[in-house]
Amino acid sequence: MELIHLTDIRKNYGEGDAELCVLKGVSLTIQRGELVALMGASGSGKTTLMNLLGCLDRPTSGSYLLDGEEVTILSSDQQALLRSRKIGFVFQNFNLLPRTTALDNVLMPMEYAHSALSEREGRKRALHLLDQVGLSSRIYHEPARMSGGQQQRVAIARSLINNPVLLLADEPTGNLDSRTSQDILALFQQLNRSGLTIILVTHDQTVANHAQRIILMQDGLIRNDVRDVHTPTAIQPLTALPQNAP
Amino acid sequence: MITSFHRTVRTALRALLRNILRSGLTTLGIVIGVAAVIGTMELGQGSSRAAQETIARMGANNLMIQPGTAASGGVSFGSGTQQTLTVQDAEILSQDGKSYLHSVAPVVRTRTQIVFGNRNWVPTYLYGTTPDFLEVREWDLEEGYCFTDQDVRNANQVCLVGMTVVRELFNGESPLDSEIRINNQPFKVIGVLVAKGANMVGIDQDDVILAPWTAIKFKVAGNSVANVNQSAAVKDDTSQQINTLSQRYPNQSPNLYPAQSLNQLVNTPLIDRRTNCDVIWARGLTGELMPEAKMQIGEILRRNHRLRAGVADDFNIRDMTEQNAALGATSKVMGNLLLGVAFISLVVGGVGIMNIMLVSVTERTREIGLRMAVGARRGDILRQFLTEAIILCMLGGALGIAVGRLGSLVMRWFLHWPTESSLPAIIASVTVSVLVGVIFGYYPAWKASRLDPIQALRYE
Repeated sequence: MELIHLTDIRKNYGEGDAELCVLKGVSLTIQRGELVALMGASGSGKTTLMNLLGCLDRPTSGSYLLDGEEVTILSSDQQALLRSRKIGFVFQNFNLLPRTTALDNVLMPMEYAHSALSEREGRKRALHLLDQVGLSSRIYHEPARMSGGQQQRVAIARSLINNPVLLLADEPTGNLDSRTSQDILALFQQLNRSGLTIILVTHDQTVANHAQRIILMQDGLIRNDVRDVHTPTAIQPLTALPQNAP
Repeated sequence: MITSFHRTVRTALRALLRNILRSGLTTLGIVIGVAAVIGTMELGQGSSRAAQETIARMGANNLMIQPGTAASGGVSFGSGTQQTLTVQDAEILSQDGKSYLHSVAPVVRTRTQIVFGNRNWVPTYLYGTTPDFLEVREWDLEEGYCFTDQDVRNANQVCLVGMTVVRELFNGESPLDSEIRINNQPFKVIGVLVAKGANMVGIDQDDVILAPWTAIKFKVAGNSVANVNQSAAVKDDTSQQINTLSQRYPNQSPNLYPAQSLNQLVNTPLIDRRTNCDVIWARGLTGELMPEAKMQIGEILRRNHRLRAGVADDFNIRDMTEQNAALGATSKVMGNLLLGVAFISLVVGGVGIMNIMLVSVTERTREIGLRMAVGARRGDILRQFLTEAIILCMLGGALGIAVGRLGSLVMRWFLHWPTESSLPAIIASVTVSVLVGVIFGYYPAWKASRLDPIQALRYE
């Protein structure tokens, strides 16, 4: 089943002579449950594409169907609501709120989701997610007292709090050592196995190799789209298989 | 709705607590501003109250009822020359005017030499009056006691002396139970009046002797101000005799009791004390009632004097309204000035809040980007930052009220400055601090809400 359907997406910056074409007609379909790596050198347009996929930006032309809904015509407030309900974000620099406990960090997106969950239910869900990413012993730790890997786990738990259909990870292992990176990638694979669609944006081939599909961007176009390449499982075996909460 | 408000407040509080030192320093401006407003308003109100009390003690609520002017053949004799006021008038006023007059006292004035031992002195005020005079002037006794109504009825030769008299005649020693001679009549000093200082026109109010009016009138003066102020020869001046009213209010008889007709003697065993006095002093209950009191006194006196409509008053009433108004206006101007300065400091505090909120928006750009990425709408961001600013201002306001109250208490206790707690000041400063929060918090909050989430997320 199709989750993302891009048709001839173009994105220009600037006006007139200074106009810069960043995306020159990208068409792409991503199925539900895929783990996709989006690769490309800087300037290839992968970041722009990711912003468009994350509904943070609007294409100059083209159509973007997310979960069957056309998002290019939405107002910025409607886009914000869509982001809070359907998309989770994981960033290279974690972007946790400083001096705020892991639990409160995870709960933060709920403020904007207008979800039906009560405070108590939200808290229960956040605790469950922290348990899933293996941080049940650090719920009340602040980011400053956690390692990079732990911080990224908090960020992943945060991205899942509103039960998104799509997880966008922008260089999620860029600030981590290789061992912790493997940890995080294993976590992504597990989340993916439980049915979550994940797009990893990276320039690192070893990271990309953990995905089932690699999309290579070059000069604003998709140069290469490879499926079912050899997918190594993450080295670190995990004690329990986290399940995506119902 | 309630939960979303609750969440907004909680988020804002958390954000403020994350940098508690900065939040504290930011609110300091508002704290100082509000404390200044509260402090100055309390001080202003207190000192204006104190000024009012001082003015009241100086005689602001006092009314002076003087007899009218006598004129003969086109020659006016000036205020108080007609002898129309009687002690009975004063009694009627104190009975009928209870609803707007605090107290009424008739006064017989004279000016003569007093002697004690080898010293002599002429006091500015030698008043024959009733014990109510002390009520009218809000005058207390330093020592001793006041003469009584009984003393007045019996024309007892007792007196109260002011501080200046004590100094001049007794060399500052206690004059109690001493006997002084007033116009060669012995008077026993039974009390000393507390010092009152100069009045509004600079005349020493302590240069005074008070005695029962009967004693002064019939034993010392034997006449009234009308001829005291003029040469002794005036006593037999024809101008006095052609005054028809001098028949009704005999002013030349030093007799203690006016001669009564046979009928009167038979019908009324009571003493007719319808005897003229020089001036009647009265004190109104409050300053606001003064115009009303003046009008009512006029009516009562006209009725009592049987003046027909169209006939001019044979008395005039004077009060201190103008002085009152002038002094009130002065303290009002001072109060407004202080308030203006205090509000300026509130505005400066508000600018401080805006400054820090702008810094905070810049510093938290990535947080704003993140919040937007996870679904915060522009309105959510605006509301959050505005809430932070308002909470800062409200906390600052609350703290400022506490500091201001404390400050005014300290001023009261240690500097003995008059202060008075003021509810309007508290309401005004809370309102102003919230307004400051909204006004000066809006721009940074708006700026935050206009950020582009993509750029905000990449902001380093």
